[in-house]
Amino acid sequence: MNIRTMAEMSGARALMDSLEKEGVDIVFGLPGGANLPIYDALVDANFRHVLVRHEQSAAHMADGYARIKRKAGVCLATSGPGATNLITGIATAYADSSPVVAITGQVPLNMIGKDAFQETDIIGVANPCTKYAFQPRHATEIPEVVKKSFYIAESGRPGPVLVDIPKDVQQEVTEIRFPDLIKVRGYKPIVDPDLSNVGKAVELLVSAQRPIIMAGGGVILSGAFSELQALAELIMAPVVTTFKGKGAFPENHPLAMGPIGMHGHAEANRIILEADCILAVGARFSDRSVGRFDEFGKGMNIIHLDIDPAEIGKNKSVDIAIVGDVKSALRTMVKMLTKVAAKKSSDNPWLNRRKELIDYFSQNIKDYPREITARKALKKLRELLPAESIVTTEVGQCQMWTSLHFDVIAPGTFFSSTGLGTMGFGFPASIGAKAARPDVHVVDVAGDGSFNMTENSLAVSVLENLPVLVFLLNNDMLGMVAQWQRTFYDRRYMGVHQKSCPDYVKIAEAYGANGLKVQSMDELEKGIKSALRTEVATVIDITIDPEEDVYPFVAPGTGLKDMITGA
Amino acid sequence: MSSTEYKNKPLYIISSLVENKPGVLFRITNLFRARNFNIESITVGTTEKPDLSRMTITTRIDEAILDQLVKQLRKLIDIVEVEVLDINNTVYRELSLIKIRAKDFTNRNEIINFANVFRANILDIGKESVTVEVIGTPDKIDAFKNLIIQYEIVEMARTGVSALQRGE
Repeated sequence: MNIRTMAEMSGARALMDSLEKEGVDIVFGLPGGANLPIYDALVDANFRHVLVRHEQSAAHMADGYARIKRKAGVCLATSGPGATNLITGIATAYADSSPVVAITGQVPLNMIGKDAFQETDIIGVANPCTKYAFQPRHATEIPEVVKKSFYIAESGRPGPVLVDIPKDVQQEVTEIRFPDLIKVRGYKPIVDPDLSNVGKAVELLVSAQRPIIMAGGGVILSGAFSELQALAELIMAPVVTTFKGKGAFPENHPLAMGPIGMHGHAEANRIILEADCILAVGARFSDRSVGRFDEFGKGMNIIHLDIDPAEIGKNKSVDIAIVGDVKSALRTMVKMLTKVAAKKSSDNPWLNRRKELIDYFSQNIKDYPREITARKALKKLRELLPAESIVTTEVGQCQMWTSLHFDVIAPGTFFSSTGLGTMGFGFPASIGAKAARPDVHVVDVAGDGSFNMTENSLAVSVLENLPVLVFLLNNDMLGMVAQWQRTFYDRRYMGVHQKSCPDYVKIAEAYGANGLKVQSMDELEKGIKSALRTEVATVIDITIDPEEDVYPFVAPGTGLKDMITGA
Repeated sequence: MSSTEYKNKPLYIISSLVENKPGVLFRITNLFRARNFNIESITVGTTEKPDLSRMTITTRIDEAILDQLVKQLRKLIDIVEVEVLDINNTVYRELSLIKIRAKDFTNRNEIINFANVFRANILDIGKESVTVEVIGTPDKIDAFKNLIIQYEIVEMARTGVSALQRGE
């Protein structure tokens, strides 16, 4: 181990220095008994601390920050309930492969296992939803543990790492060494892609009559936007995305088809059934994307490119597997393709079919007969919002409407809780995103049900000057549940009515944010324009009809071919 | 899955080197539980290197699931090495202790005779029981168990399989 520096200090101080060495510029957290020494050291730290009102939001903020900055976001909590409150946020980051480093206080070493006040076995709790969880037992271990945490969180398939530090370890004053290099011998995050498989994939793509690219979240995580676009243009393949991959490819591009899946674009769900060769890039064939595993991709050649070897064959067996970093593998494919084949013409039967499907489904969209609908509202938002703005969502109908009706133009400017589907994620995550990119507008497309779960983050947005726009599609319902109860349970509604409580304008105002209620498209346009001009968080409460459903719909347990396009 | 169906699946022995530190066994068994993998036995012990333990897992599963299991194990940061041993080129043994009801002299003698045939050791003889140590492949232990089951097994303990690849 190389020794860079060595000094006498407390474990908590060593933690601050270690975080600084990792380039941390902001942490989101909330203090308590077991992390007081950390908070004491924070007073002198050279990075910003954002005080949250609930630990779950701290984890979501760190997650939102990480997804936009594409480096680890950091959150802090105390032991026991503080730590368990983080877990929903950590599990959210895990499901979406987002690098979050969560640092929790723990009861002193000699109290562990004694059921002490605010003691939780958070290492045990966090195990299934973290890449790794550390518990340093001496202050001297802290620098190495922190360095390993960032390395593990950010490398390979990213994900959250937890560091649980007993209070006496935070307080222990001793000689601390900061390592330059660390080695985690059981961790091999990057595999060089097998070039012979890349060659075979290229051959298959060139010879395919009806190739299609299915881009997943891995494209965004590795920042392989230009490589993906170059590849698609070379082989003239329509590009569908998974929902997590939304924004991996500009949705106004002539080859773009939008997301597939349960609430995918109708033309995307249809065209993928007609392809003869699918290149799945950084995607994991989730049930929400592909419907039934056994039906999906029947009779087609499937090429699967992913950084995580365990994803190959997990849900879907494939013809060619390429394990490796998406960006470098795509770059190699583009190089090989440029050598072996001339760029395909855009005037071919497959792309004409693409156009035909888009035209067919666009003619058949029946807008819900109301002055404001979710679709019209989101189209208006797109029209008024600069392309480089960042958009995230809550979970449920608001999320699926955004997927359907809001085109992401600048790659990597959209994210959502796609894997875990965490209601209450979007708002705190948008605040984290704003911290990562204060220079652009950040919007959370919310539903009333979700926003209600973490709306106390308005305090953070206002006090920390991290203004975001909450685009609240308010149908006074837990809308997606209500839609399922309408569809599958014969309209026997249970537990879905919000009964106009609370008043979101008053809520916003109570926190010092702007709140406005809009009931016409004209008011909506004015509201968006004024929100984009102000320097404070704005909640636009948009009244929509509680019976407006999300279509198309691929019912759970069915295949993409069973898609229902409208009521 | 019925027990015959299960027994008809091929036996795989997975050998892994893991970090010798607290919490590793928990992480590994938790993975099995979370991903719904069935395991038959798991053994852990120290190796020639003090910081590494060897963990041997036996399982009867389909090949596709085996592939997924190995990949998931490989992802665990505390696992340094994982391989599926080729059962034809592997030495593997299990140790079993079986306390058998032996009501009289005849029973005792029969059990001792069976034990001799199986090269098993008699570890203890009480007034009404005999405790036998059987070492061998899981099949051999099963065979011995099936033979003496007529006398009533009072208690039984098996270690699970330990295994090493043959040669260098």
